[in-house]
Amino acid sequence: MEKIPILKMGRFLLVTVQVDMHDQLALQLQDDLTARIVAARARGVLIDISSLEVVDSFIGRMISNIAAMAKVLDAETVVVGIQPAVAITLVELGLSLEGVRTALNVDRGMALLQERLADEQR
Amino acid sequence: MAVVNSVVLPIRTQEDIVRVRQATREAAVGQGFSLVDQTKLVTAASELARNTLDYGKGGDVEITRLSEPPRRGVRLVFTDQGPGIAAIDQALPGGFTSGGGLGLGLSGAKRLSNDFSIVSKVGEGTQVMIARWR
Repeated sequence: MEKIPILKMGRFLLVTVQVDMHDQLALQLQDDLTARIVAARARGVLIDISSLEVVDSFIGRMISNIAAMAKVLDAETVVVGIQPAVAITLVELGLSLEGVRTALNVDRGMALLQERLADEQR
Repeated sequence: MAVVNSVVLPIRTQEDIVRVRQATREAAVGQGFSLVDQTKLVTAASELARNTLDYGKGGDVEITRLSEPPRRGVRLVFTDQGPGIAAIDQALPGGFTSGGGLGLGLSGAKRLSNDFSIVSKVGEGTQVMIARWR
């Protein structure tokens, strides 16, 4: 069965979505990620969607759900790499990805997660 | 308005939704749409294909490339023989859902298109038409 790989980097999990996901695959990712957050005691999740050419309301809802679930599990979610055409379409569609932090690219996303962890340890 | 070509795809499974997205993208690229216009049309197609599957219990889509010089367009017609929509005026503004979604499907697809029409009869099915032009 196809699956979207979840990588562990220190205290964070990294997901790169590279395929045009069908709905079941998106739901699977949601389940896998929440399980991995707990198993890896992750404090942050970085989701790179720079390869996604379409984010419709289903995928948008999945992203919001992941962020909400991660938050309950004390992990921060950052979505990075949203393509400009996708950003324009999301707004026109009426999807604001509320509660989801975004960053332009993986580097900035990682910096955001590290900052948050550093703030806590101060 | 001249029809350049036309394909019909079934919408019976979640994989079919992916295929509808790909075929819509192909048509939009073939018609010379900008990336933003491609993305809007493909996103609208994805919303409506999911509606056809989830609410209409499956159906099909006809993807048509149109020529109306100087403009060119892509028209998508989604047809199902599902339960129909009793309250289109409720489904259309967005935010209303009977299926556990966000209720953005129909309203979102409308906003992302230049032309939009819907015909639905309770017990007979629903047909949604959208078109986008360049």
